[in-house]
Amino acid sequence: MTAFQAGAGYGDDRPEQARGSAAIVLDHTDPASKRIIVGYGFWIFLLSDIIMFSAFFATYAVLSGETAGGPSGKDLFDLHNVAIETACLLLSSFTCGLAAIGARAHNGLMYYGGMAATCVLGLGFLAIEIHEFVGMIDQGAGPTRSAFLSAFFTLVGCHGVHVTLGILWLLTMVAQVFAKGYRADILRRVLCFALFWHTLDIIWVAIFTVVYLLGAGQ
Amino acid sequence: MSSTDDYQPLHGADHAPGDEPARGREIAEGVLGYLIGLGLAILLTAVSFFIAGTFLVWRPSVPVALVVLAIAQIGVHLVFFLHITTGPDNVNNVLALAFGVLIVMLVIVGSLWIMSNLSQNMTPMHMPMG
Repeated sequence: MTAFQAGAGYGDDRPEQARGSAAIVLDHTDPASKRIIVGYGFWIFLLSDIIMFSAFFATYAVLSGETAGGPSGKDLFDLHNVAIETACLLLSSFTCGLAAIGARAHNGLMYYGGMAATCVLGLGFLAIEIHEFVGMIDQGAGPTRSAFLSAFFTLVGCHGVHVTLGILWLLTMVAQVFAKGYRADILRRVLCFALFWHTLDIIWVAIFTVVYLLGAGQ
Repeated sequence: MSSTDDYQPLHGADHAPGDEPARGREIAEGVLGYLIGLGLAILLTAVSFFIAGTFLVWRPSVPVALVVLAIAQIGVHLVFFLHITTGPDNVNNVLALAFGVLIVMLVIVGSLWIMSNLSQNMTPMHMPMG
């Protein structure tokens, strides 16, 4: 943790009163708590994950018109399904926040209730998405049909894989809190899970705008 | 190890992304923050879906409006759900986010720019001859 003692080497030996309030905020010598270090590190990972998604978004944006004579987004997308998917993910982000508050307050009803609602809404999202994918493949619009559909399945499927992994992580966190209690190390993992889940919702906002709403309007 | 120690920011320390601002552990206050975020997000989502399907607005303006609404909604998610704010304890988180946004913009805008330039140069021109 020594790397985070940024202010330690600067030799500020003035008395505490002489530094002023701004110096106390910026020139602190305390090591950051482990929760801040873990949260910051996971935030860096999430940003790199978003950068990976940006490559898929760029690919999709370049290829979205290359339908090779096959169906376009306007023929394939059902915005009612997309609206239900969006509602599921948005509400699950909210219930995930409630679970995080419950974990912080050691409130079992809020934590387990919030996690259960998040799990159900996430599974609902996945069910609609899998149904949509199967329907598209059945009518001959699978990922091999055109460059547009390859890019579509890669981008939206990658988000779906993230949601699947997120649900597995969610179940793990419920089991860990149940078995080990609200321990500081377990609560750090809950913090990372909540960050991950909220970030999935941010990526979905970009997907429903760029892929579905812009695609269906063309 | 007490589980509550980890939450209390040390004097002048940073703020973990995703943690609520340290104001004790009032449940109602935290829920209210998430409720405001949920309300704003629902509003922006509803407007997006409405604009995409309506003919009440000038159609060529729709793509720009959708992108602006999406960016606004991402901002709402960052502030109310991930608790990324402009406070001095959040500088590290915001700087990391700014660098991420820079790379994302380079990848997306750069790809679109280069590829549209390429396709303009590659496709045969349909210019009337003579």
